[in-house]
Amino acid sequence: MDVEQTSGRPAPLLEMRHISKTFGSMAALKDVSLSVERGEVHALMGENGAGKSTLMKILSGAYRADAGGSILIDGREVHIDGPEAGRASGIAVIYQELSLAPNLTVAQNIFLGREHQRGGFTDRKAQESACRDVLARLRLAFPPSTVVSRLSLGERQLVEIARALASDARILVMDEPTTSLSTVETERLYEIIADLKAHGIGIIYISHRMEEIYALSDRVSVLRDGRYVGTLGRDEITAERLVAMMVGRDLSSFYRKDHRPAADRRTLLSVRDIGDDSRVHGCSFDLKAGEVLCIAGLVGSGRTELARLVYGADPRKRGTIALDGRQIDIRQARDAIAAGIVYLTEDRRRLGLFLEMSINDNVSINVAAGDAHRAGFTNAAKARQRAERAMSRLAIRAPGIAARTGALSGGNQQKVLLARLLETEPRVLILDEPTRGVDVGAKSEIYRLIDDLASRGIGILMISSELPEVIGVADRVLVMRDGRIVGEIAAAPDRPITQEAIMAHATGAADGAAVA
Amino acid sequence: MTNTTKIIDAQALLRADRLRTAIQIAGMLPVLILLCIGFELLSGRFATFVNLSIVMQQAAINTTLAAGMTFVILTGGIDLSVGSIVAASAMVSVMGSLIPGWGYVGIAAGLGVGLLCGVVNGLLVAVVRLPPFIATLGSLTAVRGFARLIGNDTTVFNTTMPFAFLGNGSLFGVPWLVIIAFAGILVSWLILRRTVLGTYIYAIGGNEDAARLAGIRVTAVLVFVYAISGLFAGLGGVMSAARLYAANGLQLGQAYELDAIAAVILGGTSFVGGIGSIWGTLIGALIIAVLSNGLILVGVSDIWQYIVKGLVIIAAVALDSYHRSRG
Repeated sequence: MDVEQTSGRPAPLLEMRHISKTFGSMAALKDVSLSVERGEVHALMGENGAGKSTLMKILSGAYRADAGGSILIDGREVHIDGPEAGRASGIAVIYQELSLAPNLTVAQNIFLGREHQRGGFTDRKAQESACRDVLARLRLAFPPSTVVSRLSLGERQLVEIARALASDARILVMDEPTTSLSTVETERLYEIIADLKAHGIGIIYISHRMEEIYALSDRVSVLRDGRYVGTLGRDEITAERLVAMMVGRDLSSFYRKDHRPAADRRTLLSVRDIGDDSRVHGCSFDLKAGEVLCIAGLVGSGRTELARLVYGADPRKRGTIALDGRQIDIRQARDAIAAGIVYLTEDRRRLGLFLEMSINDNVSINVAAGDAHRAGFTNAAKARQRAERAMSRLAIRAPGIAARTGALSGGNQQKVLLARLLETEPRVLILDEPTRGVDVGAKSEIYRLIDDLASRGIGILMISSELPEVIGVADRVLVMRDGRIVGEIAAAPDRPITQEAIMAHATGAADGAAVA
Repeated sequence: MTNTTKIIDAQALLRADRLRTAIQIAGMLPVLILLCIGFELLSGRFATFVNLSIVMQQAAINTTLAAGMTFVILTGGIDLSVGSIVAASAMVSVMGSLIPGWGYVGIAAGLGVGLLCGVVNGLLVAVVRLPPFIATLGSLTAVRGFARLIGNDTTVFNTTMPFAFLGNGSLFGVPWLVIIAFAGILVSWLILRRTVLGTYIYAIGGNEDAARLAGIRVTAVLVFVYAISGLFAGLGGVMSAARLYAANGLQLGQAYELDAIAAVILGGTSFVGGIGSIWGTLIGALIIAVLSNGLILVGVSDIWQYIVKGLVIIAAVALDSYHRSRG
């Protein structure tokens, strides 16, 4: 390995300098720099949407950075203009969502696209023997001819690492690698990482879990809102410092909380020990009338899954749901709607709206059957009336109620979906990331609407990844981690909810230390 | 000033939407008119009252099948079994018409067989959750076998069929076949555009997951669309029986499903569902009938007719998708 000597000291293995990336008018990364030494585990932390994934996608060639930045390997500039170039530069990314073909063997997966060939045919023997070497290096026991679908999720993750090693990667990016690993597999991963370090491989390790950061990282860098915040050396890492670095930003002033605090109100929705035996385990909570209850937690902590269980969108394995103290039997979404519980999906284009249909049809589709004339004929006048009223009430900006929903902006689409739910006159409104992909103006309108609905006695259960938003609108916050509710923080006049407290629960930093 | 630009934008948007709808509905109308003009110029015998009446009669059965197929394709499904259902219900219809004094039972029997086959298709797709292509491919074969079985694999006749006028007579100069086909289109339009069920059909085709989350009974709606496709195929069988006074389980309705699907797609209905109109289907069915008739008039051989028809379908749909990707 030839190392270029520039200033007496060897250049770092990887240096990313002044990387920026804008999508349309949205800046995802602003002047971020990051370096990785040989044999170093460099942890990358930040809230959801801080820019970690974007930075890694630029490194791997999935995205191209804006002009002005540069990437250096061994002190020499490289131009990564596509995934192929990324791989050729020795960069391999192990993604959260596994990218193996489950129907192929381990060997076929490891050498996918780089098959050992002889005369145009795959040389299976040579390939499997090469594969055996890589597997031995990772001390993996299964033979190269194992079909991937027979491996556990954890084993598949390790096969991904094997694939990276087989491609002679020198820089490995691991994006939350332990999400699907058991404790034993996690320990195995730690051993493998130590071994990779000993071989001089540099690792960028993305994780939200404090214990992993403590155990593995030589340095931690933090991103926030697409900007580089700072780097801590191994001796400087504390949970408090990292959390402060991740969340330290101003509370915006556009949140509204005019509705009365709900402390003395009656309980509307009672959820007890609800679970699906895979992603949600034994969650219990009460929602009061006129209360805004937020569920915070990291992506993948089971928030959406919990909401979908309550709504009946996914089958519930255990637990009970009661409304006004009476048990209700929710087996599918229509049962929940009939009981007065509605759910705003986090993915409005895929799971919410009918994009090819008009605003008119979208707004009234939930109530169309009830409005209908005899023999099921649509009550067009009533539907029009509902759509017109929704347009003015929610300030939906569109050419008219006949406009195709798919042609509207994100914020207006979200309002159409909200209008549809409100037409059912719900008692409980579950909002999953209600301001995602919505411009600032529409955001503040949605906050005002939430406040307005709460003051009219509707119970609101809201999932959000934006902590300032959670603090701005919530009367009470539940924090989820690994499918469980691990913390509850109530707002009090003298003691407001803090981002630090939420993050401490969400990352597990509160488990050992006494963080309120 | 920003406000005015916004309003102008909004109006442009609405116009674009209207244009889209217009293209969806009338997209193939110019093609139909051009074909008519072309065949008239080439043969000189196309645009006569008698010939146009023949074209409409030839289009009638396919129009009826295509109307049912439109429901299915709007949900993103497909019904390959309609040709076989035509054969089975025509067989049953002829045999029913042979009951002395109760010949009209043949109509009900034919419709009933079609409806039953459709409901089974619907249950296979919506409840057993088989892919529509596979489920109806299976019933294509099985129902064909059933059609041959009930007539002992022979042709059944009834020269004194009481409802033969439906296939050969006319009302005020309009053939009954044409009236029935147009009534089928009209009923389809009413259901699709004027009932809540119709809205649900479009919703499921546009976004099945969202429809389920919105509390729509997706299973029931899917059973309905296959049932109505079966019912219309049964009607097609009755029409065929009435026209021919006879039915044959082996030959009748062979490859009818392909013409029905072609008519729906020519009519601008999206193969993935959610977009389309019944009027487009009518135009699509007429294009196919005009092609068949016109090519004969011009003297193109049977073999070349197939090739030309296939190429026209491909070209027309390619043109359509080109328009849409730009609009």
